[in-house]
Amino acid sequence: MADQISNISTTQLFNYTLNLADNSLIMGHRLSEWTGHGPILEQDIAMSNIALDLVGQSRNFYQYAAQIKNKITPSGDGGKGTPSVDRGTTEDSLAYLRDADEFKNIILVELPNGDWGYTIAKLFFFSTWQFLLYQKLIPSSDAQLSAIAEKSLKEVTYHVRWSSEWMIRLGDGTDESHQRIQKAIDEIWNYTAELFLPSAFENACYENNIGVAVSEIKNDWTQKINDVLKEATLTSPAAVSSPLLAGKEGRHTSFLQEILDDMQYLQRTYPGCKW
Amino acid sequence: MQDETGLLETFDDKVAKEIKIEPRDWMPENYRKNLIRQISQHAHSEIVGMLPEGNWITRAPSLRRKATLIAKVQDEAGHGLYLYSAAETMGITREEMVDQLLTGKAKYSSIFNYPTLTWADIGAIGWLVDGAAIMNQVPLCRTSYGPYARAMIRVCKEESFHQRQGFEILLTLCRGSNEQKDMAQDALNRWWWPSLMMFGPNDDNSPHTAQSMKWKIKRFTNDELRQKFVDICTEQAKILGLTIPDPELKWNDEKKHYDFGEINWDEFWKVVNGDGPCNSERLAARVKAHEDGKWVREAASAYAEKRNRNN
Repeated sequence: MADQISNISTTQLFNYTLNLADNSLIMGHRLSEWTGHGPILEQDIAMSNIALDLVGQSRNFYQYAAQIKNKITPSGDGGKGTPSVDRGTTEDSLAYLRDADEFKNIILVELPNGDWGYTIAKLFFFSTWQFLLYQKLIPSSDAQLSAIAEKSLKEVTYHVRWSSEWMIRLGDGTDESHQRIQKAIDEIWNYTAELFLPSAFENACYENNIGVAVSEIKNDWTQKINDVLKEATLTSPAAVSSPLLAGKEGRHTSFLQEILDDMQYLQRTYPGCKW
Repeated sequence: MQDETGLLETFDDKVAKEIKIEPRDWMPENYRKNLIRQISQHAHSEIVGMLPEGNWITRAPSLRRKATLIAKVQDEAGHGLYLYSAAETMGITREEMVDQLLTGKAKYSSIFNYPTLTWADIGAIGWLVDGAAIMNQVPLCRTSYGPYARAMIRVCKEESFHQRQGFEILLTLCRGSNEQKDMAQDALNRWWWPSLMMFGPNDDNSPHTAQSMKWKIKRFTNDELRQKFVDICTEQAKILGLTIPDPELKWNDEKKHYDFGEINWDEFWKVVNGDGPCNSERLAARVKAHEDGKWVREAASAYAEKRNRNN
């Protein structure tokens, strides 16, 4: 029987992995709403491509989270207090059968797309953060997280480049695009504070050399954001004082519920079916 | 310098010898016009075709299905892109073609004016709509105009992958619960006839066919291809355990083909002429994307100009 300490860290590892998965899935889901509606064909393709990368990342993380979960609560062991699990946990049960308050994504990724500039700003902030996070996750003592981070980093490197180029193009394009992208930055800025607020599971994983201390990537993130904004002739908003954002703890905006209503609709309407 | 008769002879000779016509070659004006019409309609169909399926990306029932569907719709955007480029080699710009689409001057495949009501529709589109498209497009890989033929080779490879995916979606449903099987049957009921219409009017009613066959743009007539499609799909429907909604569908041992019922041509022409269930919705979605994207395209051009000035 597993001892108490490793049990606690397994639950934390599960939550940590879910957080990574949920961030990628919800962001990918949002970006996929652009498919077929982009401003020009080449960029429609690029945006869909990034959505696809993110959904792919989320699948890797969910599959790992399912493995962890099935170890914590093996299906069919009938032990007392063990939640009844029919087919065991899978990537799809995690994505399609959890309620909004069980999702651990940051609020930033659930925000609606707004116009092209708003989506680009969200993606630029998010990808830059994901890039730094994955870079620091590669040396993780957890071989699986390390491998997924390494694989995903290649994709995210492109997402950062692509979104940075768009930030610059919009910022230094026309008066209208400059105003639109600046407005997007100002509106989204407050939500970026949550990127660096560690949750209990992040702290626990960091202490066990599994996870990343998100507060430690804040300086590099700020530097990169400021460099790009400067080149884009845009202004960085003032720092956020005390953000009230707890997506990682499952406290979301109603936007997440709207996403899940759509996303989970078939799985919820026809329970237990294979698709 | 050859005169027009000489040029025409050279052109006809190349077509006869299966030598591809290339953008710089002389070609009859009607050949050019006909191809621009066909290639741009084809490109528009890919782009408008993104909408009915894109509609299910956010509701795809598993992560694997979601990823596959995003990739599929993205492939269609890619096909649109190669086809617009192929048409541009004939002296029309993408802007002109997009403008023709958005102002309703250009046609696109009518099939996309039908709604996608359930998840099974995504399977039915893959199996039937992509299946019909492949039937039309495989011969186009040998079409006489080089850039079009080459674009089609790439398109066909991806389309056959999509067709298998669609069939597999339906197969999963047909092996599932009764509700899932009903969903699959309902999708087949709604998509079967519109899919047969994708091959166009009957041969005696198809104004472009004879000339297109002569120029080796087309290799088979509409009715030949439609027959081939019916023969193949009827067998595939048996594997699925679904019933094709045509009481007249019957094997004809003499012809070695399936006989099938008459298409509702009244419906066909109504949808072609703009009165299908989703014509205005599809066009409105394209117009909206174009208008919403205007400031983005302007910003990109303005930025590119600034960069060029500074270099």
